[in-house]
Amino acid sequence: MPISRRQLMAGGAGLGLAAVATACGSNTGRGAEGSRTRLTQWYHQYGEVGTRQAVGRYAAAYPGADVHVEWRPGNYDQQTAAALLTDSGPDVFETTGPTPDQIRSGQVTDVTDLISDVRDDYLPAVLTPRTHDGRVWGVPQVVDTQLLYYRKSLLAAAGVSPPRTLDELIDAAARLTDRKTRTKGLFLGNDGGAGVLAGTPLYAAGLSLVTPDGKAGFDDPAAARTLGKLHRLYADKSLLLGAPTDWSDPSAFVQGLTAMQWSGLWALPRIKKELGDDFGVLPFPPDGPAGRPAVPVGAYAAAVNARSGHRDAAKAFVQWLWVERADHQLDFALSYGFHIPARASLAAKADRLASGPAAEVVRFTKDHGYAQPLLWTPASQVAYQDALHRVIQEGADPAAQLRAAVRRTEEELTRVRKGG
Amino acid sequence: MRQRQSRALWFWVFVGPFAAGLALFTYVPLLWSVWLSFFDAHNTVSPTDFVGLDNYATVLGDPAFRSSLVTFAVFTAFIVPATYALSLGLALAVNRLRVAQAFFRSVFFLPTACSYVVAALVWKLSVFNGVRFGLANTVLGWFGADPVAWLATPDPPWYWLVVVTVRLWLQTGFYMVLFLAGLQRIPVRLYEAAALDGARPGWQTFRHITFPALRATSVAVVLLLVINSFQAFDEFYNLLSDARGYPPYARPPLVHLYYLALGQGQDLGLGSAGAVVLALVIAVVTIVQARWARLGRTEEA
Repeated sequence: MPISRRQLMAGGAGLGLAAVATACGSNTGRGAEGSRTRLTQWYHQYGEVGTRQAVGRYAAAYPGADVHVEWRPGNYDQQTAAALLTDSGPDVFETTGPTPDQIRSGQVTDVTDLISDVRDDYLPAVLTPRTHDGRVWGVPQVVDTQLLYYRKSLLAAAGVSPPRTLDELIDAAARLTDRKTRTKGLFLGNDGGAGVLAGTPLYAAGLSLVTPDGKAGFDDPAAARTLGKLHRLYADKSLLLGAPTDWSDPSAFVQGLTAMQWSGLWALPRIKKELGDDFGVLPFPPDGPAGRPAVPVGAYAAAVNARSGHRDAAKAFVQWLWVERADHQLDFALSYGFHIPARASLAAKADRLASGPAAEVVRFTKDHGYAQPLLWTPASQVAYQDALHRVIQEGADPAAQLRAAVRRTEEELTRVRKGG
Repeated sequence: MRQRQSRALWFWVFVGPFAAGLALFTYVPLLWSVWLSFFDAHNTVSPTDFVGLDNYATVLGDPAFRSSLVTFAVFTAFIVPATYALSLGLALAVNRLRVAQAFFRSVFFLPTACSYVVAALVWKLSVFNGVRFGLANTVLGWFGADPVAWLATPDPPWYWLVVVTVRLWLQTGFYMVLFLAGLQRIPVRLYEAAALDGARPGWQTFRHITFPALRATSVAVVLLLVINSFQAFDEFYNLLSDARGYPPYARPPLVHLYYLALGQGQDLGLGSAGAVVLALVIAVVTIVQARWARLGRTEEA
């Protein structure tokens, strides 16, 4: 999810849709191989140094075809969505989807048979959102986890113990807010949390965005109760707002602007480097009698363009890279950014995830990880996020706000299911 | 006869490429978009599922879209007079300078050369960030006030201060130059005649000579300002959006359509319907305004 930092910068420029597959750069000088299949593979721009070279190395090592890697800065989801409408899109691309609309309109290829031997090895939280009607539409590459970081020394100084419930979190954030040093208790992103938290508080209350049988999962008084509590964080002025960097970047936390911050696993190496052992990690704390800790996970998955002229070759390449070559997968997950490999057997093998806070994160990701359901469409998301924004920042009545979001979500679900 | 033929030939040699480009990149997409707006076009630009006016019903029934139209009407109603007054004031002040006129003209014009994206980021990250070391909060700190989260506070709506100041800073200098040009075209004899008739310099002269004489310039400036504020996207998007979306306040229609339909949602039918509605609103406002200002009349008339 490191794209989030740059999506901001890419801003207006990201609108341009460059669906032009450039024809440069892959002339390797192997002259007699004009008949080899040529594949194009797209990645979004990873922030970590070395990632680009690494994916180039994997592609060059593939014996079955000439794979040309394209690195796409800017608003990546937008670019792939536009390119899939044309004939000049990539053969293989990574995606946070595919979305149910992309699957329904036949833009991506069924890849179920590629992983059939090892299907149980994938973390269900990242495989389920790629599964529609029992078929798999993308091979998960890595798992990105979001979690709460807290500064041990600041909590000790304020006499606060690490929060185990949502009420404790709200209370701790207020007590850690120091008017004199201008330190805030908690950082949930510059918008007050509606954007990054999204469905997480619902899962912490034992609910969901979309139920397994395809209904809105937050048509419940418990949802209003939990979301309503979030307004207290804002009203108490415990939240850090308007920091120069957003939640995905640990700068605000390591600079001491806030005592606790919601961020991603990818931030852990830098936090460790700057703060040493003076930090701890927590899942989003549970709320209410049915509550359980919530750990949102996201993942890029490799998908095959249905319009590709070399669909079988593209599928073979995806299988080689993201299913068979465990060495490449481990290298990709851990050598540049900091992710959990998508497959449990690999996650268990990784030394860097075996001890300390990282091991704790792996454990609670396995126990409590949830991903945005496949049927959670952008239209539902806009409606729900608007509701959450108004609840947190304006103190709007959560029940009334949620009613409108539930209505919109049900409409979307009906629409998506209809064509299923 | 031959001459006429070759004139037609040359006409098309010069106009043809432009006309072809205009047709290909403006009219075809425009008509296509109108056509799309009558279809259920999820993730496709060649839809087959005709839905009549459903997309229009959805977009007009969407309270968020209606409120975005209101947002943008309010924004226009404020930013147009504000920029107008400020740039006219600056032009009058600079025009009266005896020394260093060129210097001040350039200084006020310089921000025009800055991109909206860059300025929005400077405003967001340095001037109006929400932490103690932001410029605005540092100044507040001198008076002992708490830092304000400028862009994340809907009540009172501080974000308008940020949005409006960045646009004023960026565009005032440009309109000031237009007014300066207008001011320099007013014949001196008008002022001499007014003085002979006993008009006092200052407000009276401005009210009865300068302002009416700037009529053509004013009409052009207001028209440009209104169109510019219709197109507002860059600074709103860069100031207020984050990777996860956009708050429900201060959301202009273009930003709303981007999130709802034209971005990752790819509901191109709905997005096109919204775009058509927006285009109609702009067309109506522009026509009314042009009628009202009797566009095309000259200063002498």
